Amino acid sequence: MKQYYLKKQRMEIVKNIIDKNGLILAFLFVGVIMLFSFWVSKYLTRNKIPSVAIAIIIGLSLALFGDNNGIADIPIFAGMAVLGGSMFRDFAVVSTAMSADLSKIKGAGLAGIISLFIGVTVSFFLGVLIAFSLGYTDAESLTTIAAGACTYIVGPVTGSAIGASSEVIAISVATGVVKTIFTTVITPLIAKKIKLDNPHSAVVFGGLIGTTSGVVAGLAATDEKLVPYGALTSTFYTGLGCLLCPSIFYLSVKFLLL
Amino acid sequence: MKIYGVALLAACFLAGKLLGNVLGNLINIESDIGGVGFAMLLLMVSSMYLRKKGWMVEETKQGILFWSSIYIPIVVAMAATLNVNAAMSGGVVTLFAGIGVTLVCMLLVPLLSKIGRRSETVLSEKTKNGNR
Repeated sequence: MKQYYLKKQRMEIVKNIIDKNGLILAFLFVGVIMLFSFWVSKYLTRNKIPSVAIAIIIGLSLALFGDNNGIADIPIFAGMAVLGGSMFRDFAVVSTAMSADLSKIKGAGLAGIISLFIGVTVSFFLGVLIAFSLGYTDAESLTTIAAGACTYIVGPVTGSAIGASSEVIAISVATGVVKTIFTTVITPLIAKKIKLDNPHSAVVFGGLIGTTSGVVAGLAATDEKLVPYGALTSTFYTGLGCLLCPSIFYLSVKFLLL
Repeated sequence: MKIYGVALLAACFLAGKLLGNVLGNLINIESDIGGVGFAMLLLMVSSMYLRKKGWMVEETKQGILFWSSIYIPIVVAMAATLNVNAAMSGGVVTLFAGIGVTLVCMLLVPLLSKIGRRSETVLSEKTKNGNR
């Protein structure tokens, strides 16, 4: 009986440490994932699949165990939400600018700006077309779902601005998340085919796709050197989407439906 | 000291975020417009300036480079905290719209990549001609 209580007490201590040091546990946990992926990449795939890609896929599959916040919904992994949250992500992404070449960005500047506008416009109107063909007919739902096809932030921002139902807003967020995940997984596979192997096309890629998380993760799995270039343009995408979708795009959808 | 580098990074990050949010506020959307992008440009420009002045010592640089080496683990943690369940169970619309839009945009990459390139080659040809 006494032993049982002692055991329980020790469990309490462990639980306490984890509760108070969630972020540190997340460092350890991610470190183990990276080590495991490196090992799998080297010995099981003979470096054919980059370890970063394996690690990201492991991450995505771990997210299945949770709910809204992926694995961070499980209390002992709550620190993962801090480590993978936007604060650390943005801070680390900014730091990659140290290894970016300013002259290359200048050279791709115009292409980057054009690709931003084309990216948002194509994503939105293709999104409208797809949602329309699947049975959505009111301007609010069409606009919100299509905005979600830009990024998972543009969707809810637009939806709440034009007064879409919460169900439609949820769909738009999910659409954006599908885009992020699909970008992450498919970028390393498609990179050669779309000639994504230099800073110039990485700038264009970031502008066209726009989901910063997906672009950064996808480029990391393709070629780490390209990350800062894609990240730079993609960070303007969500802002541009939030600007265009609830205004000009919403009005043009209304006009098209008349 | 490494902390100088981290502090420089933090300064650029915060200034960039401020710029992005002010810009968003100016055009009446409560969102950050390119805050990270501005921060990246600031970091590039300021580190270039410091390098010219000879103030960017190796130790300082290391403070920044540490963070750029840790971003992949951060991306992995981010992937693990996405709402993958919702994405999988969101229905046909989410799948079709999310995947269709992404694929079409990716296929546009080689096309749009030509934009700057063409003018670049034109420019270099011009300078060549000028040299002649």
